[in-house]
Amino acid sequence: MEQNPVIHIDRLTKVYTVNERDAGLIAAMRSLVKRKTRDVNAVDAISFSVAEGEIVGFLGPNGAGKTTTLKMLSGLLHPTGGRATVLGYRPWERNRDYLRRMTLVMGQRNQLLWDIPVVDTFELHRAVYRIPEAQYRPAVEELTELLELESLLQKPTRNLSLGERMKCEIATALLHRPSVLFLDEPTIGLDVTMQRRIRRFITDYNQRTGATVLLTSHYMADVEALCKRVIVIHHGKLLYDGELTGLADRVAPFKTVEVKLQNGLNDRPLAQYGELIAQSEGRITLRIPKDDTASVTGRLLAELDVADLTVQDPPIEDVIEHVFSQSPDPSVAPDSQHANGD
Amino acid sequence: MFAYYPIYRGYFRTSLMLMFQYRIAMLIWLLGGIIEPLMYLVIWRTVSLQQGGSVGSYSTNDFVVYFIAMMMVSHGTFTWIMWEYVYRIRMGQFSVMLLKPIHPIHSDIADNIGYKFLTLTVMGPTVLLLAWFFDASWQPAFWTLAAFVPVLILAFLMRFYWEWSLAMVAFWTLRIDAMNQAYIVVTLFFSGKLAPLTLFPEIVQRAADLLPFRWMLYFPVEVLLGRVTPRDLLIGLGAQLFWLLAGYLVMQLIYRAGIKRYAAFGA
Repeated sequence: MEQNPVIHIDRLTKVYTVNERDAGLIAAMRSLVKRKTRDVNAVDAISFSVAEGEIVGFLGPNGAGKTTTLKMLSGLLHPTGGRATVLGYRPWERNRDYLRRMTLVMGQRNQLLWDIPVVDTFELHRAVYRIPEAQYRPAVEELTELLELESLLQKPTRNLSLGERMKCEIATALLHRPSVLFLDEPTIGLDVTMQRRIRRFITDYNQRTGATVLLTSHYMADVEALCKRVIVIHHGKLLYDGELTGLADRVAPFKTVEVKLQNGLNDRPLAQYGELIAQSEGRITLRIPKDDTASVTGRLLAELDVADLTVQDPPIEDVIEHVFSQSPDPSVAPDSQHANGD
Repeated sequence: MFAYYPIYRGYFRTSLMLMFQYRIAMLIWLLGGIIEPLMYLVIWRTVSLQQGGSVGSYSTNDFVVYFIAMMMVSHGTFTWIMWEYVYRIRMGQFSVMLLKPIHPIHSDIADNIGYKFLTLTVMGPTVLLLAWFFDASWQPAFWTLAAFVPVLILAFLMRFYWEWSLAMVAFWTLRIDAMNQAYIVVTLFFSGKLAPLTLFPEIVQRAADLLPFRWMLYFPVEVLLGRVTPRDLLIGLGAQLFWLLAGYLVMQLIYRAGIKRYAAFGA
């Protein structure tokens, strides 16, 4: 498994050329004669591999290059440079055998036909993907059960709620049992219960079929629940590739200490203990460098009348935000140990 | 070939279901396809009657029969892809099509044929009604009637490939309305939609010989009406095959370039 990565990309690059012009009529006329263009590095020489059966979280702020990368891997975009293979195919050649073995789910794109019942989209999908009857029936039954689609299948797509539609969208995308899944924000806009259900479903599918999953999400709960490994990109560059738990240590080596004081704050100088990030009646939250945790908590307990004290890892949201608030720093970049199979 | 059969069956099924959803829109499209040739029929019939029963080599009855046949051929071969392509690129629907393990042209062909079959239920009676109303008389030869079937199929396919190719201009610019309009005007003249080509000046007729449009519409109409010699038929079939092959190659070429372009500016 380790020798043969399902997804392997090597210095993959995508440069968009965008037209630019100043505001105003004169600029508009000038642009008729001479176009000004600018190159934007949407994806800048990123490399990584994903082994069979892995679920990898692909993180980054808006415009980081995640969707561009997924589009290259699913064959919608031609890269400007670098190489990529998925299941041994070069995605942008759009080999039909490749297309039959992978799927791309994007939050806003739909495969479902708007005006006809969901089950009829399924039928069309079956024909186009040439799914044999013996495989199709069990697949529909399984997906119906796992995603609780029973009551939805006979309804036209336009009558479904956003969450229901997303579930059906995912089901359609998986009818042909793809072995590689690219999921771009699969839980976007869904309520917490629905998010949880879809998460559980992705785990189930992965366990049952051994499929490889690369997913992007803005919801850290998704990432925490699904991905042991994360790849972080920012401004098209790879910032981190490794265990989710290692991310905090690597880029934000802090602990959060919450202290409840018995007699209120009384204007005590708290900044000496660490960075004060929240404060309410008798309760403070400090951010402390990881290495100082023991000494600072010792001082807090000795010097203040502490009623309660808890030490926590910072929430992953904060870690990610911390990563993105800094410009790409080569010193934290790629954790090459995990780039297996090279 | 047979491998595509279940896929086409799936497409037909879906497109019929969708059309039942859009009955009204479908009828309006159909009405357009009936009214246009009917308009020319009425105009030319009036002109012919005023000129003592004929214009050039066409009698009043010839005009009536000609435009009714044109209505059928036009219905059989027309496509709406040039309007649809822009929409599918703008709305990102094209990406969904690209992810499928089949060339997107197949669903369009199936859609088109599905529409034609469904609307035959209205088109058929309309043709009979018009023939009765205008007292049309038509005596085709058996062999031209038999030849009409392959001629119409070739006309449909060549028109499909050419218009599908033209529609792909949408990869380069989304403002294709002007181009579509120009295409319609050119077709109107050189396909025989406006008037039988033999009534045009010699130079227009020779130009029409060299363009694909007459082989899409005028030629099948002539075959249906039995106004061709066996030699005309062979020449026409040759021209159709030539334009079909050319259309296919052009489609492949533009498609490849278009996909690259689409992929470059962001799907």
